[in-house]
Amino acid sequence: MTADAMIDFQKMTAKTIPAEDMLAPGHRACQGCGEVLALRLLMKAVGPETIAVSATGCMEVVSSTFPQSSWRVPWVHVAFENAAAVASGVEAGYKAMRRKGRIPDKRTAILAIAGDGGTADIGLQALSGALERGHDFVYICLDNEAYMNTGIQRSSSTPYGAMTTTSPPGKVHPLGQITWKKNMPAIAVAHNVPYVATASPAYHLDMMNKIRKAVAMPGAAYLHVYAPCPTGWRMRPELSVESARLVVQTQVFPLYEVVNGRYILSRKVNKPKPLKEYLQQQGRFRHLDDKTVAEIEARLHAEYDKIARLAEADAPAEEKEAKK
Amino acid sequence: MTGRTGIEVSLALSEAVKMANADVIAAYPITPQTHIVEHLSELVADGELDAEFVPVESEHSAMSACLGSSAAGARTFTATSSQGLALMHEILYIAPAMRLPIVLAVANRALSAPISIWNDHSDIMGERDTGWIQLFAENGQEVFDLTLQAFRIAEDPRVMLPVAVNLDGFTLSHVIEPVIFPEQKLVDQFLPVYRPQIRLDPAKPLSMGMFGIPEIYTETKRASEMALMDSKAVIVKVWDEFEALFGRKYSPIETYKTEDADTILVSMGSVSETAMTAIDEMRADGKKVGLVRIRMWRPFPDEEFKAAVAGARVIGVTDRSITPGSHAGPVFMEIRSLLYALPERPAVFGFSLGLGGRDVTRDNYKYIYDQCQVLEDTGQDRYEMVGVME
Repeated sequence: MTADAMIDFQKMTAKTIPAEDMLAPGHRACQGCGEVLALRLLMKAVGPETIAVSATGCMEVVSSTFPQSSWRVPWVHVAFENAAAVASGVEAGYKAMRRKGRIPDKRTAILAIAGDGGTADIGLQALSGALERGHDFVYICLDNEAYMNTGIQRSSSTPYGAMTTTSPPGKVHPLGQITWKKNMPAIAVAHNVPYVATASPAYHLDMMNKIRKAVAMPGAAYLHVYAPCPTGWRMRPELSVESARLVVQTQVFPLYEVVNGRYILSRKVNKPKPLKEYLQQQGRFRHLDDKTVAEIEARLHAEYDKIARLAEADAPAEEKEAKK
Repeated sequence: MTGRTGIEVSLALSEAVKMANADVIAAYPITPQTHIVEHLSELVADGELDAEFVPVESEHSAMSACLGSSAAGARTFTATSSQGLALMHEILYIAPAMRLPIVLAVANRALSAPISIWNDHSDIMGERDTGWIQLFAENGQEVFDLTLQAFRIAEDPRVMLPVAVNLDGFTLSHVIEPVIFPEQKLVDQFLPVYRPQIRLDPAKPLSMGMFGIPEIYTETKRASEMALMDSKAVIVKVWDEFEALFGRKYSPIETYKTEDADTILVSMGSVSETAMTAIDEMRADGKKVGLVRIRMWRPFPDEEFKAAVAGARVIGVTDRSITPGSHAGPVFMEIRSLLYALPERPAVFGFSLGLGGRDVTRDNYKYIYDQCQVLEDTGQDRYEMVGVME
């Protein structure tokens, strides 16, 4: 049974992508921003019956410079580390007002949107609390792998070996980032929420259907979206979508879903492209030697294999039987 | 529950939140606030209060969830103390600027270090400049009444600001006092269902909490400050209305035996009852002394305060917190600054006492009275922490 069959949601095809944008053009994002591309497509997929809560960060800054707003759905920003807590309050308020008959009895999608710093670092506690309490909302982490809004500082989501302004490769410490990327989806899964998924804007239909599934599932859902940042990654802006594709094809960022604890690979990558193809587009990895690249590649393949094994182990008996 | 009842003050406060029919309570436990949120949890669990109780993982998230809930259009309450209030600090500033009418009860407690669970006012004084309406209760009845009033004041379309109701931790929050509970229908008349003019609603999309460039930041802060200053007139009107319905009178400043007083002591919170007893005893000794109690700390009622102390020769201001490095407490600084511009001003002296749960006694007030005379007679200007064991 696929994830599509397990969740009652309105599946989108290339022909049924809504023309209407909930995130209007005219925002102030950088040229080639993969984050705003992902956000625009996600907002298209969820549609107008939505309330969006943004953490402080690039997407908040580029979309809400008073008196101009890019948001065509009700939107609120409070601070950096608390998007999940603010969304908890919005959800609780809606629940109470609906029960007391003060607002129409219909489902409104409630989204909390934050970057990787706002999720994996400073916002982790608020996120954990909201996931554990099981509010009916979707948390979206738009992961561009560093604090881009403040000028490209490292986060716990910055990949091993990446150069940032606070993980600079130097004469004594030549590697750049010396820690491995925090596994946020696994942390979300550990909260036993009904739906966790990873997505990339290069696989836009997959991503848009995942947000629809996340919204359709009652309870808390977590969506981790890979968001290329040409400015912060020292990459040509026109390569954003290509890097978002290569990251999947090289097994660096596996696309998968975890539905009620069951792992499902969205895209099997049996013959990964060489990691170098992905890294060489980005100036942040330029300092890495072949030996380090090989080490990183081995580790990332092992991580991918773990997910693939989980998906295999979780596959229903009939699927396993069919393979034999 | 109606009529006069003996009840722990924390529970009375929770009953006020119930009678206010709050929609969302997001709270994290901290001593001495705990009895408030425990009782609210029970009321929700028993169906006596139809609300969402959000047991958040920190006070930072408590206040954040309150902003979300209030922005959604729900009547919203939380309570905290001390370190919890300090953890909310960042978010406290945002609520008034976004004009979200949250009600917060603060069971006042000292701040670390050293860690202390006992009462003083250092927690709320750290939040003095956040832009909240800040009220101080003296007794159980006042805690109940101010809590009900706080929702009405906060949600008034002319106000739309969050309100903090302060009650002294333990010395007020944990004592059993007689409280008169009103009829629910009278409460409903005073405090109708909250119908916000704007809220997060997909039918009418709007953006809240937007990015403020230098061209508009100053104006936004000014608008916020004006709203706080203008709230005083509305609060007074709400209090008049409250008196008409419930028979109890409230005002920004309370006075006790000040009419002919040459010396006036100034206090906030529950110690004022001790101060009044001390004043009675000093009056019996022929001293012309009175008490002014500040109920409305923010916005500060300048005119009412000036009128209350008019004619006094000396004013002794008591602070329940300190302002390190400035040789003064925050209430003292407020009052001396306010009175400085008067053509004929009284001498104003500052005393901090009752820190971290140290008892505040009648003798403290008598000592402060005596010190005021000594300082004035000798022309000295000295701030003092009262009762320090050297």
